[in-house]
Amino acid sequence: MLQQLEGSRAIAQGIALCKPEVVCAYPITPQTHIVEALAEMVRTGELANCEFINVESEFAALSVAIGASAAGARSYTATASQGLLYMCEAVYNAAGLGLPIVMTIGNRAIGAPINIWNDHSDSMAMRDAGWIQLYAETNQEALDLHIQAFKLAEALSCPVMVCVDGFILTHAYERIEIPDKRDVDAFLPPYDPVQVLDCNDPVSIGAMVGPEAFAEVKYLQHRKQLRALELIPEIASAFSARFKRDSGGLVKPYRLEDAETIVVALGSMNGTIKDVIDEMRNEGHAMGSLAIVSFRPFPLDEVRAALVDAKRIVILEKSLSVGLGGPLSDGVRKSLSGTGIKGHTVIAGLGGRAITRKSLMDLFVKAEKDELELLNFLDLDLDIVNGQLEREKETRRSGPVAENVLKSIGTVASRIA
Amino acid sequence: MFQVRIHGRGGQGVVTGAEMLSVAAFLEGKHSQAFPSFGSERMGAPVVAFCRISDHEIRLREPVMEPDALIVQDPTLLHQVDLFSGLSKSGFILVNSGKSFAELGLESLLHTHPINRLATLPATEIALKHIGRPLPNAALLGGFSALSGEIGIDALLEAIGDKFRGKTGMDNKDAANAAFHLVQEKMRHAATA
Repeated sequence: MLQQLEGSRAIAQGIALCKPEVVCAYPITPQTHIVEALAEMVRTGELANCEFINVESEFAALSVAIGASAAGARSYTATASQGLLYMCEAVYNAAGLGLPIVMTIGNRAIGAPINIWNDHSDSMAMRDAGWIQLYAETNQEALDLHIQAFKLAEALSCPVMVCVDGFILTHAYERIEIPDKRDVDAFLPPYDPVQVLDCNDPVSIGAMVGPEAFAEVKYLQHRKQLRALELIPEIASAFSARFKRDSGGLVKPYRLEDAETIVVALGSMNGTIKDVIDEMRNEGHAMGSLAIVSFRPFPLDEVRAALVDAKRIVILEKSLSVGLGGPLSDGVRKSLSGTGIKGHTVIAGLGGRAITRKSLMDLFVKAEKDELELLNFLDLDLDIVNGQLEREKETRRSGPVAENVLKSIGTVASRIA
Repeated sequence: MFQVRIHGRGGQGVVTGAEMLSVAAFLEGKHSQAFPSFGSERMGAPVVAFCRISDHEIRLREPVMEPDALIVQDPTLLHQVDLFSGLSKSGFILVNSGKSFAELGLESLLHTHPINRLATLPATEIALKHIGRPLPNAALLGGFSALSGEIGIDALLEAIGDKFRGKTGMDNKDAANAAFHLVQEKMRHAATA
């Protein structure tokens, strides 16, 4: 049924349709309305046969999900930002143990400085933990990806993160088709674990493995992700056949025909990018874009096939690998190795800075004129940066950077963007 | 695409106002998108929320920087926050106040904007009368419907009823309806003046 809903509430409805048996969460910031809505549904009985466990920390939230999943329950949790970092050890454990937990990340920045706004620093910090990572462009896709995520996770016995831009998607109201219960039931059969803690057939899960086989166990994790490269498109096409709309897959090309400049990005900024591309196409610019849905596993072949005829690639990233550039660029550049195609990394939208049409348009025009560097920062205010560098040069005890910077710019409460 | 920006303070229902407006547009069969200015929301702090309405899918995710309409829930913001940033010369302005634009120190707007696009509305008083609490959002949406014609009052009342059940819903609908008729009357008066 078509409804106008907040992203978080819609995702919660999607999760409920997947009939999780255990939902655990730490209910304070940085949390979204997703688990709040699920808690209500468990209390009212709308979500039956599900235990909602309020835990004492994010570390406990994922640890409980690990235990529940190992005991054979379909398990779900959600977090973001510092909460994800706090559960880091359990994030690696869930993947290493091969437990098919689904977790929503309502993407937010990582402090310090303290910041509650959106970027991709949190999920990027966990990119090598062994979880599959899928990024949603819209709230419809976010809901749909969760249904696909349970199917994928359980097919492989591997945990999946669905990354949904915090605030920009989680707090936005838009029209969303809530799938029919019967369709979800047919698409997602009950969880049939490949390993389970069962008193009648006892096993232990979580062995210590020394140098004799640690690499092999890790390699098998990698093999699972390679298998996911085949499964993700299969599941997306089965989803599309049943639900009559396209959601997910490995990558999503947009207006790539004869495109000389292609923009690559993750998540919700692809919407704004598409609007800009339409505008520029109307003015005769040969522009296109490629949204990456599956960041882990990274679809090297599909990305290469989509980009290989372009002259230059602009990779927009909401995460900074301090000291290097952007994590998405690493994958995109690898996929282009040997082609000689120029790649420009652009760090944008950090800590909730709005990514505007105007800034993107200026950026893409510069790209077409080959005026971009290898690494660029969108809308970076050099006055702020240089002011602080000056202070540091003048005095040894120049004081804390964040506080200095705030003092120098004064109040910002009145700004729209 | 029609873009609305709502300014107010934390606790006044700014975000809920944008949400109800988007639901009303949805009920009229349109695409709509509502979202808050993202920040630490707290009572009394300046808050902004946005709503886009379109006949087509809305892909844009930037804040509303060039609004077609501005709803000001708290007149104490008028000279503190850059409220009118990006507003087009033909944009609608609805201010929660019993005073006129001239009395609010905004007479310059009377020269730059068509008179039939401007209105003040004592929404807090209307809310106190109908709801018993100073929550002006429903009344302002009713006034916005009359001022802009961008959203129908019927869809709006339905959206308000979806959000607030029972007596609260009825009271908020009454406030919206009263404001709708008041602004409609004001516009008629302005047109014949």
